[in-house]
Amino acid sequence: MKSYIRYLKLYLKMSEKKVKRRDFIFTATYAVGAVGVAATVWPLVDQMNPDASVKALASTEVDVSTVEPGKTITVLWRGKPVFIKRRTQNEIDEARSVRMEDLPDPEKDEDRAKNPEWLVMLGVCTHLGCVPLNDKGDYNGWFCPCHGSHYDTSGRIRKGPAPTNMSIPNYEFLENNIIKIG
Amino acid sequence: MSDHNYTPKSKFGKWFNDRLPLLSLANHLTDYPTPKNLNYWWTFGGILTFCLITQIVTGLTLAMHYIAHADMAFDSVEHIMRDVNYGWLIRYIHSNGASMFFLAVYIHIFRSLFYGSYKAPREIIWILGIIIYLLMMAAAFMGYVLPWGQMSFWGATVITNLFSAIPLVGEGIVTWLWGGYSVDNPTLTRFFTLHYLIPFLILGLVVLHIWALHVPGNNNPVGIDIKKPSKDTVPFHPYIVIKDTFALLMFMIIFAFFVFYSPNVLGHADNYIEANPMVTPAHIVPEWYLLPFYAILRSVPDKLLGVIAMLSAILILAALPWLDTSKIRSAVFRPLYRQFYWILVLDVLVLGYVGAMPAEGLYLLIARVATAYYFAHFLIILPLLGFKEKTLPLPFSISDPVLGGSANLSMAKSDKKEG
Repeated sequence: MKSYIRYLKLYLKMSEKKVKRRDFIFTATYAVGAVGVAATVWPLVDQMNPDASVKALASTEVDVSTVEPGKTITVLWRGKPVFIKRRTQNEIDEARSVRMEDLPDPEKDEDRAKNPEWLVMLGVCTHLGCVPLNDKGDYNGWFCPCHGSHYDTSGRIRKGPAPTNMSIPNYEFLENNIIKIG
Repeated sequence: MSDHNYTPKSKFGKWFNDRLPLLSLANHLTDYPTPKNLNYWWTFGGILTFCLITQIVTGLTLAMHYIAHADMAFDSVEHIMRDVNYGWLIRYIHSNGASMFFLAVYIHIFRSLFYGSYKAPREIIWILGIIIYLLMMAAAFMGYVLPWGQMSFWGATVITNLFSAIPLVGEGIVTWLWGGYSVDNPTLTRFFTLHYLIPFLILGLVVLHIWALHVPGNNNPVGIDIKKPSKDTVPFHPYIVIKDTFALLMFMIIFAFFVFYSPNVLGHADNYIEANPMVTPAHIVPEWYLLPFYAILRSVPDKLLGVIAMLSAILILAALPWLDTSKIRSAVFRPLYRQFYWILVLDVLVLGYVGAMPAEGLYLLIARVATAYYFAHFLIILPLLGFKEKTLPLPFSISDPVLGGSANLSMAKSDKKEG
């Protein structure tokens, strides 16, 4: 009787082991299969990302010598409008005198405009991507007609559904009057 | 089902049917027992099938002339309107057909809501319907982008930007959807591809929708289970076929009115201006059939929460069979639900109206109240109503109230038994 039980235990142990080996093979097969499927699907997904020709058009140079104080020009960069505003002293003072507590997305004007006279900014509302209108809204900056976001003279969000300030692209002054964006 | 022992009469028919039982299927569809009290609100399934076929046929023919390229799309649509033989007709049928499709689908959905067609055992039919509805919205949105007018471009910009509300990965997803840094040519070509694909997905889902319908059979205005076939049913052909055809003809008169007499009244004039990424139109308004959801989006002052509210407003419908706790299907026997039903209809119409108005002042306030009520209807009123409401007695069968005069309460089941 005792030896019978021992044989039974041994048998159970072996069969247990066999099941485990089978499980391992199954799991390994599924895992390799999943990696294979993922590797096959990825090119089909990634083809939708920006292609080489889109990425190649990444920078634009703009001559701003004809822009009068207080005026804004709009240029196209990466398919999006960029506002280049030559600000008046009033507008600069207005932007710099705002208390940080009053801003939904606190950011100093000094950090947004390297040269206070020139504000270079993506003209895209951070809510849902419309182009805000110049010199409109409750804060004398921009007003988005789509869903009513108000921006100040530094392009910072003050009122409305937009979550953040209009973003500042990478740019530099090449000579006196040439700005390179991107 | 009635086709268990169907055998075709001809020898060839029998030979064919033994190998591919298409004739059995045709016989099932012909003899399919249908409740005899179906009213005209039940004809919209057939009307919607007509709409889908119309969109596919006109869409295929338009695709033979349309050019999916940012520099040529706008001109190619004008080319269709002016040069292509009957191009104006095909395009106007297709563009107004989208509106007619949504008109019919809204009536179809609200019919289900009134008569409780979404309740057990028809939950799968209902959920398939909601998926079809979502795909319809995707197809309509992408189709609206293809003419590459101002509304196309800015509608596409606003809707794709909804995804940027997702934390962390949002911006990456939007760039991936665009294939660039803004809505541009890569966006247009992929939208065209998907616009072409989705109708066929819908067609497949419609087959499943009808298949799932034919398992329990149609609900009916009284909302009680019936024996099939019995004196409560009539065969689908000719009774329902004739009724559906008559309703379809009435529907086509309205359809034709729009196509021939006011083909642009449902569109937006700004879409006859070519897309310009530098200028956003003063008022961006989606097509009328999306306005209630647009109103919900705008009524929430936070970007992410607004997007979540808008999506929930649609997805909440999929949970409806479990949110409605009442066992009684038809609103005919639910005096309280009937009132809340009409308030909901009004609420959705109000949302549609304020969705078309600027999001400020009184409009914004109304939009917020209406949004809150919309969610309260599904999340508070419906679950509670099932327990609180005193429903009216149900008849034993469809025939009894018709033949015996429905006032006789001894012929009615008590609602206790049903509930």
